[in-house]
Amino acid sequence: MEKRVSRDGEHLPGDSLRLLLERLEHLARDHSFTSVRDWKGRGGSLAIGFMPVYVPRELLHAQGVLPVGIMGGGDDLEIIRGDAYYQSYICHIPRSTIELGLNGSLDCLDGMIFPATCDVIRNLSGMWKLQFPEKLSFYLDVPQNFDAAIGGEFYRRTLEELSREMTCRGARSYDAEALRQSIAVYNRNRRLVEELFDLRRLAPWKVPTSELYLLLRAGQVLPVEEFTALLGEYRDAVQSDASRKPMDQARVVVTGSFCEQPPLGLIKTLERSGCYIVEDDFVQVHRWIRGPIREAGDPMDNLVRAFLEDSVDSPIRFIGEQQKGSHLVRRVERCGAEGVVFCSASFCDPALLDQPMAIRALEAAGIPFTAFKFAENNGQFQVIREQAGTFADSIKLWSEVPGHAEPR
Amino acid sequence: MPNRDEMPLPARAEAAKEDSQLRQKRMIADHYRRLAQSPDSGEKNVYTFVPGNLTELIRSFDLLPVLPEINALQSAMRGKSRDYIALAEKLGHSEDVCTYVKCDLGMMKSGNVGPTGERLPDPDLLLLSYTGCFTFMKWFEILREEYHCPVAMLHVPYQGDGLITEDMRRYVVDQLREKIIPTLESISGRRYDEERLREMLARSARAEDDLVAVLESAKHRPSPIDAYFGGVYYIGPIFTAFRGMEEAVDYYRTLRQEVEERLRQGLGPVTPDGAMGPERFRLVVEGPPNWTSFREFWKMFADEGAVVVASSYTKVGGVYDTGFRHDPARPLETLADYCMGCYTNLSLPRRVEMLSRYVRDYDADGLLINSIKSCNSFSAGQLMILREVESRTGRPGGFIESDLVDPRYFSAANIKNRLESYLQMIDQRRMGATA
Repeated sequence: MEKRVSRDGEHLPGDSLRLLLERLEHLARDHSFTSVRDWKGRGGSLAIGFMPVYVPRELLHAQGVLPVGIMGGGDDLEIIRGDAYYQSYICHIPRSTIELGLNGSLDCLDGMIFPATCDVIRNLSGMWKLQFPEKLSFYLDVPQNFDAAIGGEFYRRTLEELSREMTCRGARSYDAEALRQSIAVYNRNRRLVEELFDLRRLAPWKVPTSELYLLLRAGQVLPVEEFTALLGEYRDAVQSDASRKPMDQARVVVTGSFCEQPPLGLIKTLERSGCYIVEDDFVQVHRWIRGPIREAGDPMDNLVRAFLEDSVDSPIRFIGEQQKGSHLVRRVERCGAEGVVFCSASFCDPALLDQPMAIRALEAAGIPFTAFKFAENNGQFQVIREQAGTFADSIKLWSEVPGHAEPR
Repeated sequence: MPNRDEMPLPARAEAAKEDSQLRQKRMIADHYRRLAQSPDSGEKNVYTFVPGNLTELIRSFDLLPVLPEINALQSAMRGKSRDYIALAEKLGHSEDVCTYVKCDLGMMKSGNVGPTGERLPDPDLLLLSYTGCFTFMKWFEILREEYHCPVAMLHVPYQGDGLITEDMRRYVVDQLREKIIPTLESISGRRYDEERLREMLARSARAEDDLVAVLESAKHRPSPIDAYFGGVYYIGPIFTAFRGMEEAVDYYRTLRQEVEERLRQGLGPVTPDGAMGPERFRLVVEGPPNWTSFREFWKMFADEGAVVVASSYTKVGGVYDTGFRHDPARPLETLADYCMGCYTNLSLPRRVEMLSRYVRDYDADGLLINSIKSCNSFSAGQLMILREVESRTGRPGGFIESDLVDPRYFSAANIKNRLESYLQMIDQRRMGATA
């Protein structure tokens, strides 16, 4: 068998696409949240931050609040005071988030929502109360009981409480019709996001993950309407870009990065080392709810039901009697991937405790994998490049799948 | 010259123990023996966790509780955890994650031999009381894949705002009524007997009264107890299999009498190396102890005359000194309140308030944090807790780091050095105050 050589996945986009990508990267790296400040300057009301992984942004939108996804400080934020708040054996995202709070970057936010992701994010909610007592700090306890009459009722009451808290801070009062419209707005957004993920599955050379990732990051800080427009703009640009040609790369699922995000350089490194990322967990809030949320009927119930019934399988969600890892195997099959890259943040309990069970499922299904850890501020990727390159080469050389697998 | 592993260990003196310690040791050993014999006796068991344990409910169905955290710490105290953790890591579990989980898994893979040297039974049910610790969910997902047994999830909401609302209570009660009780009925083959549960809850409250009296005896000078190292013995029966049982009522009555007698005589705590010398320092400690070098760890304190007068670890299985008692008049509601009130289910501000109150009420010299690498539930935010408590009480804080059951993270010299430095700082402040 002829050995296929990994090649650099860099593209030279046209001017309009290049300008768009530059804007996206600026948004992702703008720790001053200029776009949020601009939105407020244009007469926007409250802006409320939220930590990974999932919050129902539709509810915030319906009350005129700008949901702002806080994804830590990445690799270009100098941690000056944040390290004094955390021991060395705790992941990086809380210390960079505290840093952003302390250095004034988050002054434009009127509050923060801390979803029930893990103990670290949970405890950060209390730290926020102590450090920023004048701001809203809301712990969003999502149910692990998925019975509509039990967990659903609890979740609905929690959302109603969040709604009241926002109103107390100056947001519009809850209005069912407004929520219905917001659900429709986010459904349009979800549809476009999925369209791009579908395009990436079919033609990953058209939609490099390093670009898609930046788009999703932009969606964390922009109003959803603007984000939706950007998604369309990007889709049109890449579809008409004839310079993007397929290369001989291994199709992989990257999993484990649902909270703390890898630095952009790491994603690019994976692509440059011979991997087409055809499925991932990055900035997962955009895809947490699979498919559209019902628009007919009581909108709050629809929001609750979507969470109970249509959430993705995730290490932070109790899966009852299902087999751990089976969802990952299905994802691999659906997107025609040839292997899995476990890319988890160091000290991320949910991801790392889940990993051995997922690996067992992959082994049973004969799916190759490799694993490494990162911190959001990693700056050196040579070791990962070698590891991922070797993994991609081994897939291409020895994979039992004849040729590239096809997405299903 | 023999290598380090081959060198004979120095003979270790038998640890001194109070009568109550011997008694609780017997109780727990008897429970382990009963578990070991359960495949023959036909008794069924429920694996569950210490925080938010539903012992009265479990035992009202004549089911026997098994607490994996207790198994893990027992393994550590018997010097077994190093190999168990190594085995789990060999099987692919990350060095970054909770060592209780890895120790438990390694123990299971090594034959599931409990502290009495007998094999523990496989679980008939994993009762996932998801209280105050995210890792619990992952832990039982891992065990379920090993044992292929049912899991019952009880999601206990976190006190994000530092209070229990009626909505939170209703959520837990609904789960108890609709999910947990039917599952226990199915596993045990018995009907739910609320009257029996009420009787057990009444016994719990009596034992809790005595436990609180014991813990609060440390407000006296000298303290007759050590509320951290000694405290783990005192909480043993009520945190494990005996809350709601007559044995627990008897144990805590006896323990209280014993402590009150020490108080009358003006005696300090008994340590494994005998009666402690003069009380020189009074500390509040936050965080679990290290179990692999428990005795050595305690000795570092005792040698300096440092007695722990209050601790948060002794509240992980229930906070009783703020007035909560299991209430037989509201059986399911009281279980819900108990679960939600456990220490690691409290918000950071509530934890700060509690620790500050301990420093003041117990007239402590300061707060010492033993930060545990394995336990994000406890550890994330502790540096802020330290600063807040210092600022509210005006008394200095100290910080040491170790782990629950991984001996690789117990650096005796480092801990001793930090502890001594902290105590010297307290001394210097005292001298400054009197100068």
